Amino acid sequence: MASTTGNADATPDVNDGVEGEDGVRRRDFINIAAVSAAGVGGLAVLLPLVSQMAPSADVLAESTTELDISALDVGQSIKAVFRKQPIFVRRLTPAEIEAANAVDVSALRDPATLDEITKPGHGDVLVVMGVCTHLGCVPLGAQEGENKGEFGGYFCPCHGSHYDTAARIRKGPAPTNLAVPDYEFTSDTTIVIG
Amino acid sequence: MSFPWAKEYTPQNGLTKFFDEKLPLPRFVYNAVGAGYPVPRNLSYFWNFGVLAGFFLVLQIVTGVVLAMHYASNTQVAFASVEHIMRDVNWGWLMRYTHANGASFFFVVIYIHIFRGLFYASYKPPREMIWLIGVVIFLLMMATAFMGYVLPWGQMSFWGAQVITGLFEAIPLVGPPLKTWLLGGFAPDNAALNRFFSLHFLLPFVIAGAVILHIWALHIPGSSNPTGVEVKGESDTLPFHPYYTAKDGFGLGIALLVFMTFVFFLPNTLGHPDNYIEANPLSTPALIVPEWYFYPFYAILRAFTFDFILPAKLWGVLAMFSAILVWFFLPWLDKGPVRSGHYRPLFRKFFWFGLIPTMAMLFYLGGAPAHEPYVMLSQIFTAYYFLHFLVILPIISSIERPDPLPYSITEAVLGSDKKAVLGENAEPVAT
Repeated sequence: MASTTGNADATPDVNDGVEGEDGVRRRDFINIAAVSAAGVGGLAVLLPLVSQMAPSADVLAESTTELDISALDVGQSIKAVFRKQPIFVRRLTPAEIEAANAVDVSALRDPATLDEITKPGHGDVLVVMGVCTHLGCVPLGAQEGENKGEFGGYFCPCHGSHYDTAARIRKGPAPTNLAVPDYEFTSDTTIVIG
Repeated sequence: MSFPWAKEYTPQNGLTKFFDEKLPLPRFVYNAVGAGYPVPRNLSYFWNFGVLAGFFLVLQIVTGVVLAMHYASNTQVAFASVEHIMRDVNWGWLMRYTHANGASFFFVVIYIHIFRGLFYASYKPPREMIWLIGVVIFLLMMATAFMGYVLPWGQMSFWGAQVITGLFEAIPLVGPPLKTWLLGGFAPDNAALNRFFSLHFLLPFVIAGAVILHIWALHIPGSSNPTGVEVKGESDTLPFHPYYTAKDGFGLGIALLVFMTFVFFLPNTLGHPDNYIEANPLSTPALIVPEWYFYPFYAILRAFTFDFILPAKLWGVLAMFSAILVWFFLPWLDKGPVRSGHYRPLFRKFFWFGLIPTMAMLFYLGGAPAHEPYVMLSQIFTAYYFLHFLVILPIISSIERPDPLPYSITEAVLGSDKKAVLGENAEPVAT
């Protein structure tokens, strides 16, 4: 701090820098360089602080579920778990398939046909997430004796969303059909979700 | 309070005017660490360490809150949850290594800050309260660091908890039940781990509160300086911003370079390998030592191996706590009229050739095995430690003849007040 600029003012002017040949004052250059470095450094610090809250490796490692559906009879449902969330697998009865196909798709809130929801060749196997698309409760209807709602599919007791036999939203506050996870048949009786 | 020539905060636009009327927080910041705080113009880099300590406190709180999102304080899973942080959590290794090494660097910075205060006798009037609060902060830091070290539930965690809570057993009559109460059991277990986690989360915020008091107390007389001469006029000071924000910023950059070298390349150098073995209540590690920053006090604890009226164990515990408690009395033990060690020849000799080597040796001895010659050396240096503060310092501060002080800070910096006021072309003043 041995500033000897000779100002009568005890605190030398902050801006009295030496102007270089290119017209850039040293002090301005240092200022901008320092603030830029600190800004870039701050962003680099922010990345891990934000990223640490995203799913960790062990959570992501849980992201596939294999299901054996050989014991699933017509009209039966099973509940499974995928990413700590329920999965409903139902083998539809011919009557349920017929009911699903009889609906005027264009009149639905979230238009989709049963064929679009199921996999080719397995049109009777309905695989959906058991998570109501309204606010995430688990709908009823996957177990024997539960309320299946007015359309014979699933019924969410939290806020009264009714899903039909193709798990499409028909009545109530839910905005979309029950979500269909990524899955594939690895054999006629085995599906891998995720 | 501030010096009369301190720049006054003037809100520039409608928004800042609104704030200034309703809640003058910007004004408060401006007067605390902005252009409104005049600071002696001659501060050396030793005066960076307060800001650095503040930085490491914030760093520890931020990384600690992150770690607490992933850690589980249950003896069944605590150790595994730390490995989960290291392997599974995104950037978890960085968070944990930053936190673990951040604790070490917090202590490095604090020790330099304390020894700055000791050399420049910053504890002297009118700054006694700053010093006293500082000692309280140091004690809180020690408690926080100790409990944090227990959380990973490794071997050193467990046996550290066992040994440190065992200290309380030495207290006559209430000792053993007190230890059981502190642990919530007869040995460190789930109850202890849970309460240590809870307190380890709480105490940093208590420290932050104490830091605010520390700074509040500092702003009443203003910062000290390397000459120990009080500010006499405007030419002795510079506004904190931009002069010391820039200087502290530069110091912080250097500190971060050193710190990140440890985080990235030497992350376990300051720790103990035994803490990567899960806690085993049936087997004590061969060499049980605390974290390095507790070594001097651990050496003092172990120096007492003989019963003398009181049992050796109690002497050790009393001495260890007294080693810090004696700092509370420094403002009254040091009777000298001059502050800065630069102008106190005798004081300076005992500081550099007495206290500093003693602390260095105690640091070394605290990590050494508990047998000869280390025990005897610990006893010698423990004796000098207390002798220094309780006998030598009062005597030399009474008898020594200090070197002549500069008239003012400006004179110390520029040679004469006249030159400072009139500029370089002023006639030199005959001295």
